[in-house]
Amino acid sequence: MENQNLNLLDRALGLDGPSEPWPLSGRVVLIEDCVETSGSFVLHQLVKRSLSPTSSNVIIFVAFANPFSHYDRILRKLGCNLVTQRDNKRFIFFDMLMLRCPDEGKSSEGGLVLLYEKILKTICGLPGDKKDYVTIMIDDISLVEVAANGGSDYVLDFLHYCHALTSEFDCSLITLNHEDIYSSMERPTLILQMEYLADILIKAEPLSTGLATDVHGQLTVLNKGTSHRLGRSGNKIHNFHYKVKENTVEYFYPGSRV
Amino acid sequence: MADTICRTLRDGGLEGEHAPALTIKDSKASPFGFDVFNYVLTQLSNHILAGKSQSRGLVVVAYSRSPSFYVDLLKRRGIDIASSHDWIHILDCYTDPLGWKNRLIDKDISQEASSLSSFCQDVRNLDKLYSLIIEQGKGLIGQGKDRFSIAIDLVSEMVRHASISSVAGILSNLRSHDQVSSIFWLLHSDLHEIKFTSVLEYLSSMVASVEPFNQAAFGQRVDLENLSMLEQNFRKGKFHVRFKRRNGRVRVMCEEILVELAGIKFTPVLSEDEIINQRLLPKVQFNLQLSEEERNERAKVVLPFEHQGNGKPIQIYDGRRSLGENKEEALVSTGKLQPDEDSGKGQIIYFRDSDDEMPDSDEDPDDDLDI
Repeated sequence: MENQNLNLLDRALGLDGPSEPWPLSGRVVLIEDCVETSGSFVLHQLVKRSLSPTSSNVIIFVAFANPFSHYDRILRKLGCNLVTQRDNKRFIFFDMLMLRCPDEGKSSEGGLVLLYEKILKTICGLPGDKKDYVTIMIDDISLVEVAANGGSDYVLDFLHYCHALTSEFDCSLITLNHEDIYSSMERPTLILQMEYLADILIKAEPLSTGLATDVHGQLTVLNKGTSHRLGRSGNKIHNFHYKVKENTVEYFYPGSRV
Repeated sequence: MADTICRTLRDGGLEGEHAPALTIKDSKASPFGFDVFNYVLTQLSNHILAGKSQSRGLVVVAYSRSPSFYVDLLKRRGIDIASSHDWIHILDCYTDPLGWKNRLIDKDISQEASSLSSFCQDVRNLDKLYSLIIEQGKGLIGQGKDRFSIAIDLVSEMVRHASISSVAGILSNLRSHDQVSSIFWLLHSDLHEIKFTSVLEYLSSMVASVEPFNQAAFGQRVDLENLSMLEQNFRKGKFHVRFKRRNGRVRVMCEEILVELAGIKFTPVLSEDEIINQRLLPKVQFNLQLSEEERNERAKVVLPFEHQGNGKPIQIYDGRRSLGENKEEALVSTGKLQPDEDSGKGQIIYFRDSDDEMPDSDEDPDDDLDI
């Protein structure tokens, strides 16, 4: 992969190596954030990297949080044209903002089964060469829970089936969830289950020292060595700071900024 | 010690006895339970293939990984089950546990089942699951008195779809089936109420828990100080195993875990830690240490018998009453009389001969005797 201004996040995710096979193939990435430090920028960065000209990835973007125009605007500033990618069938957008599950129980599950069906059929419908390079992104899981009327069991079932897709089609699964929603629970099962499912956990949180003007927060990347691929590095943990700017995000080690 | 577990599973159970059962449990702070599970699975597979174990077959109930994962895993460990699998069967509760896929796509995916694996498409029905496990196991060992072993890769997933009592029921039934030689399962303890974890531990003859190498690092916001501890926790862990003997005796052993690319390694605990282990300090949720401030406050406390009496009854702070009583007992042993504190008429002359001794001090109290 040529040097596209690779940053610390790219390196932590192993995106600084060859782009084929895609380093995140078959892996599950969980982005955890909180109110003080939103992790959406990580998702945007991954969209940009997935759609780089040197890779063959197709993104199935399941959006519960924002409409297409929102992501288009942000990615344009990062140098990626989502409209073109959508027309090229590299960026498939599922607008889930209007998903309504009126009754509890069966239809919450039914809605998620239908969503799973849609994803599965989309993958199966891709041309042969594209089928192996799918990335499923979900923004975000807490809203999936809302759409399922709080049925976190159905959400976990849905995530399990998405996990099975990573195994069957070697696709990657990237999800975002908010850790602080669950922090008051005695046993935050949903987020814990997601952490167990994830191969890579990216946590965006404030600094332990509090607020700062030059640093917006810190990212901790826990990269569990995959058990199904030889040649992978073992478990690794990366920690660095970041600052979100208008057209880019800067990543740097603590104390290294001039 | 991990080898002890594997040997116990290999040897199986005696006639008329329940099969040995192993619970492997871990938590988010030290999520190496699956690596331990894979280790035990590989070892048992090797024993079965070598004909050294009581069991002649292995049924893997796969909830959290696909059958192909286990095929690859065993292949990397030198066991090729793709070509020769008359001794192992994988019950696939991972690919389509709730039958969603079966409902949706045109082709019947059960046709994809091979002799190596078969689908379970309704994990909520534990009676059906029980029958499937026994049927597959018997299919491996044929008629006769042979036995088979069972491995369940994630009981935490099992209990998501069924009640605690039904999960406990199926595990108990499997354990007591006379053709089951041994059984082991994995659970993530932080996903459940303590009740469920306890139930499984009661069902088990061995409980292996994976714990973080640095307990203190867990749960805190990352900063430069705890980053290295977190890194350590990510590669290392502690492995505690509790064995329940037939005679009721419980034996506890400890090892260290090192997670590497090639797999997991168990190493004996270093001697310094061994001393700590032997003390078997209970893990309690209250602080046994004193902070600097607390030490200063303690030093300021005027002991009851050093009080310069001014005629008023001695007021002893309730929290220190036991301290006062201890001093009384010490005085009894030195032969002083103990007047009633409330009488205000007697007198106690107390000479403090030494400073407070810290608990668990290594000093010999007789050291200052001049013999």
